[in-house]
Amino acid sequence: MEAFTTYTGRAVPLRRSNVDTDQIIPAVWLKQVSRTGFDKGLFSAWREDPEFVLNQPRYEGAGILVAGPDFGTGSSREHAVWALQQYGFRVVIAPRFGDIFRNNSTKMGLLPVVLTAEQVEDIQAGVEQDPALEITVDLERREVRYGAESAGFEIDDYTRWRLLEGLDDIGLTLRHGDAITEFEGRRAPWLPVTV
Amino acid sequence: MGRTLAEKVYDAHVVRRAEGEPDLLYIDLHLVHEVTSPQAFDGLRMAGRQVRRPDLTIATEDHNVPTTDLLRPIADPVSRTQVETLRKNCSDFGIRLHPMGDAGQGIVHVIGPQLGLTQPGTTVVCGDSHTSTHGAFGALAFGIGTSEVEHVLATQTLPQVKPKTMAVTVDGALPEGVTAKDLILAIIARIGTGGGQGHVIEYRGEAIRSLSMEGRMTVCNMSIEAGARAGMIAPDETTFAYLEGRPHAPQGEEWERAVEYWRSLRTDDDAVFDKEVVIDASALTPFVTWGTNPGQGLPLGDSVPDPASYGDPAQRQAAERALEYMGLTAGTPLRDIAVDTVFVGSCTNGRIEDLRAVAGVLRGRKVADGVRMLVVPGSMKVKKQAEDEGLDEVISAAGAQWREAGCSMCLAMNPDKLTPGERSASTSNRNFEGRQGPGGRTHLVSPAVAAATAVTGRLAAPADL
Repeated sequence: MEAFTTYTGRAVPLRRSNVDTDQIIPAVWLKQVSRTGFDKGLFSAWREDPEFVLNQPRYEGAGILVAGPDFGTGSSREHAVWALQQYGFRVVIAPRFGDIFRNNSTKMGLLPVVLTAEQVEDIQAGVEQDPALEITVDLERREVRYGAESAGFEIDDYTRWRLLEGLDDIGLTLRHGDAITEFEGRRAPWLPVTV
Repeated sequence: MGRTLAEKVYDAHVVRRAEGEPDLLYIDLHLVHEVTSPQAFDGLRMAGRQVRRPDLTIATEDHNVPTTDLLRPIADPVSRTQVETLRKNCSDFGIRLHPMGDAGQGIVHVIGPQLGLTQPGTTVVCGDSHTSTHGAFGALAFGIGTSEVEHVLATQTLPQVKPKTMAVTVDGALPEGVTAKDLILAIIARIGTGGGQGHVIEYRGEAIRSLSMEGRMTVCNMSIEAGARAGMIAPDETTFAYLEGRPHAPQGEEWERAVEYWRSLRTDDDAVFDKEVVIDASALTPFVTWGTNPGQGLPLGDSVPDPASYGDPAQRQAAERALEYMGLTAGTPLRDIAVDTVFVGSCTNGRIEDLRAVAGVLRGRKVADGVRMLVVPGSMKVKKQAEDEGLDEVISAAGAQWREAGCSMCLAMNPDKLTPGERSASTSNRNFEGRQGPGGRTHLVSPAVAAATAVTGRLAAPADL
């Protein structure tokens, strides 16, 4: 996956809560068998509305999405992460994320940043006032900086290290192949097999 | 200190634990379907990797399949390619597949329990958020993304951080006419769509113990709608009775040993949950959703809420948006809401007891004029059982459509969809905007409410008939 250290750029405010993954990428887009081309499906139902934030030229080129609570709830579709990345987002900031979406994001190098509802509101208001507001998301320092403000965020050391290095999990896990084989030797004899 | 059920199952699957790293968790059963797997198999090919344990992996075709003409090729070329890709991947990597038309085909979360592959104390994953269904057996079962699907295919493990635990205790008995679906909709409305975030929910208490396995699956299925990764119920005699004799259940002496172990899978008396919620079952009534997330639900006897009644601005704004999308006015009694379509099916409510409940209401009655009703069994085995019991005749005689097995109208990936503005009462799990088709409006209901609604044409419970 793509490494993430620091991103500096503009943001787009999405003032909605419970943005489920069906909204991020509707099911009709999930029929593809490739990993590309999902940018066109990002928020495709909402983008039919010319007033929708992503259709507003003043937010064009933003790499940070700033959303309301419970972003990425619902379906486990990783296509939601692919769509956001392929559209150009590197970071999503929200007060709370759906667990699976957050997990999928960190597997792909899209950084999910949890800030308080007040901090999110502050950034949304700041960007609405000045769409050119420059925002820095610094994973090394676990910090979001904008204007004169800075807000710390939490992320566990291991996930941060993986993101900073751009490491994929399978390679890391395969280093422990012996431990997996040893565990398999201890499994209960009644456990089912599918064959 | 004692441990919770979730902690016991989790601990028993830790392959490797090291300071500052996630645990490596062994996966006993990996369920695969056509939508979230193609990119994972591609990843394996690109890296020259094999599937480590095809014998712990099983695949089915469910999301894309049309529920009519199962033996004909899928008309939509994109859907057809996705299904054909799964067939090729399963053949290349040696994975058992139940394709369309096969007697074992069905929704991934219906066939696992049906085959006896879902067992107490196991870890189950699938690239599908409703994997939580399998927690009804006391399994630790959760949905994963495609990167993780690839990881499990390659290593049969997942890096995991031990989840927090939450107890939802449902005391008392459910009143007559109140079902597992009403209960879980009421729980989600109570704790919210983020209430279980970061937690595994254990459902406990008298009302949970009294549920059948199918009712327990309905409850655990929608744990994700409360934000939880997984839902679990401690295995008991009901669980063992359901499992015994199923094709992949242990047999003979191994059955005895397995049951002995399964009996140990309960939360210790001195275990502490990170969060606890208590619900009084006896106060519940049939429950339906009015909005666009599963937490926006109310008892059927209530009215559409006024957004101004919400103190929290985010909730108020969400309610305003939901009413606009749903085309509803605050103050309208929920029983006055007329529907165009009724959908019975999905991994939430597509099992034999659900179909029996529907047929029980429809027997000797007719679906209201102008209402389209689809009844879609969760698997071909469920379909056959229903037909052996004559349920299909009751359902067809009432004017409803009796279909083949699949995900159908739960998620608008196959020909069964709502049209823009069309309103449904649906036994599925998500009322998100556009979930059942672009512009479609969904009210989540139980099978009994779905059937009564089909008869009256408005949201109704069987007691209203």
